[in-house]
Amino acid sequence: MSHRRQTVEVVALVLLFLGITTLTVVGFATDWMPPVASQHGAGVDEVIRYLLLTTGAVLVIGTLAMVGFLWQYGRGRPARSPQTSPRAERWWSLIPVIGMALIAEAGVLVKGLPVWAQVYGAPPPDALVLEVTAQQFEWIVRYPGKDGTFGRTDPALVEGAANPAGLDANDPAALDDVVARGTLHLPVGRTVYLRLGSRDVLHSFSIPAFRVKQDVVPGIIGGTQFVPTKPGRYEIACAELCGMAHYRMRGRIIVHSPEEYAQWLSEQVGFFQ
Amino acid sequence: MSATHQTGSFWTRYVFSTDHKVIGKQYFLTAVVMAVIGTGLSVLIRLQVSWPQDTWPFLQKIFPGLYEDGVLLPEHYLSLVTMHGTLMIFFVISFALVSGFGNFIIPLHIGARDMAYAFLNMLSYWTIVPACILMVASFFVPDGAAAAGWTAYPPLSALKEAVPGSGLGQTLWLLAMALFIVSFTMGSLNFVTTILNLRTRGMSMFRMPLTVWTLLIASILGILAFPALTAAAIMLLLDRHGGTSFFLPDGLVLGGAVLSHSGGTPLLFQHLFWFLGHPEVYVLVLPAIGIAFDVVAAFGRRPVFGYRTSVWALIVIAVLSMIVWGHHMYTSGMNPYLGEYFTIVTVAITVPFAVLGLNLIASLWRAEIRLRTAMLFALALVAAIGIGGLGGLWLGTATSDMYLHDSYFVVGHFHFMIGTVTFFGVFAATYYWYPKMFGRLMDETLGKIHFWLTVPGIFLAFVAMHYLGLGGHLRRVYDPTAYDYAQPIQWLNVPISIALFVATAAQIVFLVNFFRSLFHKERAGPNPWNAATLEWTAPSPPPHLNWTELPVVHRGPYDYRVDGAPEGYWPQTAPPPAAAQAVR
Repeated sequence: MSHRRQTVEVVALVLLFLGITTLTVVGFATDWMPPVASQHGAGVDEVIRYLLLTTGAVLVIGTLAMVGFLWQYGRGRPARSPQTSPRAERWWSLIPVIGMALIAEAGVLVKGLPVWAQVYGAPPPDALVLEVTAQQFEWIVRYPGKDGTFGRTDPALVEGAANPAGLDANDPAALDDVVARGTLHLPVGRTVYLRLGSRDVLHSFSIPAFRVKQDVVPGIIGGTQFVPTKPGRYEIACAELCGMAHYRMRGRIIVHSPEEYAQWLSEQVGFFQ
Repeated sequence: MSATHQTGSFWTRYVFSTDHKVIGKQYFLTAVVMAVIGTGLSVLIRLQVSWPQDTWPFLQKIFPGLYEDGVLLPEHYLSLVTMHGTLMIFFVISFALVSGFGNFIIPLHIGARDMAYAFLNMLSYWTIVPACILMVASFFVPDGAAAAGWTAYPPLSALKEAVPGSGLGQTLWLLAMALFIVSFTMGSLNFVTTILNLRTRGMSMFRMPLTVWTLLIASILGILAFPALTAAAIMLLLDRHGGTSFFLPDGLVLGGAVLSHSGGTPLLFQHLFWFLGHPEVYVLVLPAIGIAFDVVAAFGRRPVFGYRTSVWALIVIAVLSMIVWGHHMYTSGMNPYLGEYFTIVTVAITVPFAVLGLNLIASLWRAEIRLRTAMLFALALVAAIGIGGLGGLWLGTATSDMYLHDSYFVVGHFHFMIGTVTFFGVFAATYYWYPKMFGRLMDETLGKIHFWLTVPGIFLAFVAMHYLGLGGHLRRVYDPTAYDYAQPIQWLNVPISIALFVATAAQIVFLVNFFRSLFHKERAGPNPWNAATLEWTAPSPPPHLNWTELPVVHRGPYDYRVDGAPEGYWPQTAPPPAAAQAVR
């Protein structure tokens, strides 16, 4: 291969690799995410920014080294002896070891775990506790009603629109439970704890704007908590493949001011009332 | 010709052969066939995701079962997604990279005449043939192929009421996977035994090329991890057909009726699946990295930088890979302390991976680079490890995974690791070892056309999938526009698809080059690249049993640009120079 042709190829490769890295770093830094609207969500975004800065820097350094070597040693010119001692090679490997240990372990643990604990720690006593039950392909929401107690439910009593939550009318606590399909009304600024259950297959309760994603596992009552920070309308998405209509297992969240929320709640009637 | 092949009839030489080289080629060609199907599925997937509102009457003519009124049905979309993943991971990459090149190259790299168990080797190939037939046949059964994702999570995969594909299609999927695992386990046992016991005189462990190291580690991982999936597959089959409830709790309501299952949990399956699933990623990725090291050394004309630190990094990766499976389940509702543990060990993998990255890049320092097609793909592989590996940190951190889990960020990430790194490894290996396999060189011009048509599109598409994931676009979604928040980013799907269509079409160039080069007049000779490893001391293609007299090894695999070497390198068989001998 002629030197000139090899130089052209090296230039093309250098441009390719620089282009790929630019596409990655600039693209990842672009504002794709829906605006954050929950308290811990800001922490999640902070972790993502941290990862962008650190891993972006590593990628840029690695790319520059690679294209530098390609340019220097790729054009068919003789190079000096490449022999290195195993000892020198061990010393060099300390750079990635220490670098990644700091970026990955120290950084991620310091930045990430507090946010993780915020989501999976015990909910505060004044948290608003609601129940969301997933089934193909909708979210069934239950408020405990004025007595603050969830009534008994039984899968055998579930009956389409007639009794979507499977509430037991013989349980006095069940009488004032409020049942809604697909829409969750919440107050701004208060911790919401959702008891999550599924009736059929795996689902995943996710609210992209809140950075919430929690699998809903049949047979297990799980939970997730968050604090909405902005009044408005948001979407619930199912993030775990759950069947044919998985792609439109959509729900709504309406976040009200505390007064509006109290007003809305007072207008609701119990399921058996 | 007679010296080149096993004696006996056409059947024992080419079909039911026990020669590792023939079996390697059989795996490779089977992978090519399955790749055509698996890639074809991805085209239909991309058409649907990018243009969910359009109708495709001409596709209905080709695939009358999948489309109705020109519209791809949602349940069939899920079958396409499921089968694309299954075929590409297990039936293409595993076959081509691990079983195909592993079989071909291990005995030649270590100086053995064949695999330790030649008959078992043949058996492992012939076990995947019914596996392939069952997998492909499942498209044609009532209700179509499996539709629960390549992860086959129950209850979706356990109950035929849950999704149409969970009928006969899912049963065939499980049976085919069980056969695949049986075959892969036989192959792995063979690889490990061969590498440990059949190395020729002088071939110590630390004189083995890195490809062999990665195949050894991948095989050990396979043996340790695959049994968990075998157990899971059998339990799932029993849940489906034997009335058991390993993965099914009580009180499930489907089709308006309460099911009688009781006492199990779907999470058990997830643990079993990922106990295999995560090491499986390394089973596929590590051999590609090993190949990259060998190719970079041969075309960089210098020793691999940090051979020993690379080996130790590979061993650390292998150990860690067995204890991190839970990072696929951060959002499953696991104990939060468990989530913290899995985060800590998962992100630790980036440390040995960064050592491999440094060693690959530093292997270009003071190199005399020859830009053959194999080298180009090895370089692109390094770039793909960078993006895929660092993106892995985003997903391995539980806190950011809370947002990114099950989004297109994950899709982009694993298409880099088990899609791009592995495929580029296959391409680098093919261009590099083709002369050894067939005695002829592939066409360089076509090779470079293949490279330049493939690589930009692949990076463009899979990087942009990360953007979609950041925007909240979820995976396995039939119509992404069903969510309002995803509508502003839907346009991105179109350039991604176009980039992928170009890259996919470019594979025709590869196939033409592959098959046309078989008939090139010019022969390659035993060592067209002046490479130092042992396979290049055998004729091209090597005869049955590889060498008339087994070679004896005197040095490491990468003695390039050493002072005093006649062609600038010492093959592994070159005895030490007289001076050095005198000192000893």
